[in-house]
Amino acid sequence: MQKFSKLTGIAAPMPLVNIDTDMIIPKGFLKTIKRTGLGVHAFDEMRYTLDGTEKPDFVLNKPQYRNAEILVTGDNFGCGSSREHAPWALADFGIKAIVSTSFADIFFNNCFKNGMLPIVLPQEQVDLLMKDAEKGSNARMTVDLEAQEITTSDGVVIPFEIDPFKKHCLLNGLDDIGLTLEKVAAIDAFESQAAQSRPWV
Amino acid sequence: MSAPKTLYDKIWDAHVVSEDADGTCLLYIDRHLVHEVTSPQAFEGLRMAGRKVRAPEKTIAVPDHNVPTTPDREQGIKNEESRIQVEALDKNARDFGINYYPVSDIRQGIVHIVGPEQGWTLPGMTVVCGDSHTATHGAFGSLAHGIGTSEVEHVLATQTLIQKKSKNMKVEITGKLRPGVTAKDITLAVIGKTGTAGGTGHVIEYCGEAIRDLSMEGRMTVCNMAIEGGARAGLIAPDETTFEYIKGRPHAPKGAQFEAALTWWKTLFTDEGAQFDKVVTLKGEEIEPVVTWGTSPEDVLPISGVVPSPEDFRGGKVEAAKRSLDYMGLTPGMKLTDIAIDTVFIGSCTNGRIEDLRAAAEIVKGKKVKDGMRAMVVPGSGLVRLQAEEEGLAQIFIDAGFEWRLAGCSMCLAMNPDQLSPGERCASTSNRNFEGRQGRNGRTHLVSPAMAAAAAITGHLTDVRELM
Repeated sequence: MQKFSKLTGIAAPMPLVNIDTDMIIPKGFLKTIKRTGLGVHAFDEMRYTLDGTEKPDFVLNKPQYRNAEILVTGDNFGCGSSREHAPWALADFGIKAIVSTSFADIFFNNCFKNGMLPIVLPQEQVDLLMKDAEKGSNARMTVDLEAQEITTSDGVVIPFEIDPFKKHCLLNGLDDIGLTLEKVAAIDAFESQAAQSRPWV
Repeated sequence: MSAPKTLYDKIWDAHVVSEDADGTCLLYIDRHLVHEVTSPQAFEGLRMAGRKVRAPEKTIAVPDHNVPTTPDREQGIKNEESRIQVEALDKNARDFGINYYPVSDIRQGIVHIVGPEQGWTLPGMTVVCGDSHTATHGAFGSLAHGIGTSEVEHVLATQTLIQKKSKNMKVEITGKLRPGVTAKDITLAVIGKTGTAGGTGHVIEYCGEAIRDLSMEGRMTVCNMAIEGGARAGLIAPDETTFEYIKGRPHAPKGAQFEAALTWWKTLFTDEGAQFDKVVTLKGEEIEPVVTWGTSPEDVLPISGVVPSPEDFRGGKVEAAKRSLDYMGLTPGMKLTDIAIDTVFIGSCTNGRIEDLRAAAEIVKGKKVKDGMRAMVVPGSGLVRLQAEEEGLAQIFIDAGFEWRLAGCSMCLAMNPDQLSPGERCASTSNRNFEGRQGRNGRTHLVSPAMAAAAAITGHLTDVRELM
């Protein structure tokens, strides 16, 4: 898995609340059997007209945000389906960190599996970062996972919380399956015990 | 005497393989359901690492999202990408030796309908699937939730998930429902009250007299939409209704094993005095038939209501409401019953079971679909379809002018050819009214099967109680 440690980049403001997984990657693009190549379709229906032309008003189509690596978003980002195509599309576009007051649980988890960092902050701090993001490409934020801090373009430092295990995996780019397989003896033991206590399973 | 536990606590505790100092657990998974959309990359990952499926006998696959629902599907899937995805599942199921219901099998259907129907889902189990509506299986008192594709691969390889425990939330529906009010109205009314993030970080236990009174089909409808309320899982304690439903199903335990299972299942309830982190209570008598007006499942109103104005909201929801009204082509103050409908869709993992079809058929019987409307019924599985044909429901729908389709997810997410055109407005028994969900620029109003049937007859959103 891709490591994440520290990033300085452009943040794009997306203040709309409840941005759902159908908005992030519409179902037409879920027919792929690959993980890659979805970036061009990220936010497809918000980003392009029916004939495929870019909508100039959409934030990631604006010249100053085309290379955004951070999203600052409204509440409940990523609600809806379990499709990992949503973080795959965002990662393929170049997004590495997302800031919001809240994320849907499954989307939140999926981000970590793909080297992306979702950060939960209180409303006032998201508002402050939203204002900073609105300054455009000259405003670059720094997200430092080791220090658990975001630094705005004018030097305001905002600390954030993160689950220590998820932080560890992200910093070191650890593969979950590899980690779990180290505990295979415990899984074997659980299975033998369950075969006795719940043989019908 | 140990501390009182919730139902969720009990199921969780019975599945912890190991726990780290920071509370991160390895949780054992009893059933892994698989469909064609969220699994190909996971199987590819296994192949690349030279790994096997650890417990193929606990893994069940069925294609549902992409499959056409028209009779010509026997000639193969025309859309190339869809066909490749279904063929990939055929191959993966064969190569890895997992239980499989291919398109040609009468038992094929929506994964969340097939699992319970075949007796794979049992009380006290952990059930996962690369699909957010896995919450459905919570109706049996099993801890069931959606996972991403990386986690699908993790479960295939290890039969476990790395998890931290969620918080406990109780949603109680007291008293009796009034006539014309269904499980769908309950679950939408709850989301209308809590919002789509109200359950985030929680597992919901639904309880109360109105929940107890529901059939298994109704309970599945309620739990199915726990995810629209932000909760990964919804639970209902198993009882006689549950045990009766399970008994005799192909993969349910038999004989002495059933009795042994029953003894354990009967311990699966929340203890007196157990603590919930959040409690929401609704009075069953006060729930009306509801509809959604906007593009979030929290945009719920009683059918007697009017389209709201953005000024009725606060914070970020003001802009969201403006955007929704514009997308939906609605004007504030308009009566919901004045909204004209082009299409009616009855089906999905939310409302594609036999009871749903019975409820819709009861409204439709002897009437005709309004001229110019498109109306379709898509049974949730081949067996639901068969049963509906045997009960005469199919003929009622056909006589009324409905299309009678084969099983699949269909227009719930429109990955197959069943889609809305831009601007087309649909009364749908599915679970999401997101922008573009049923087809780009399509407009969705979520309703119960009976309400969808009523709209098909009148051509506009209708209070079903007027047709009863």
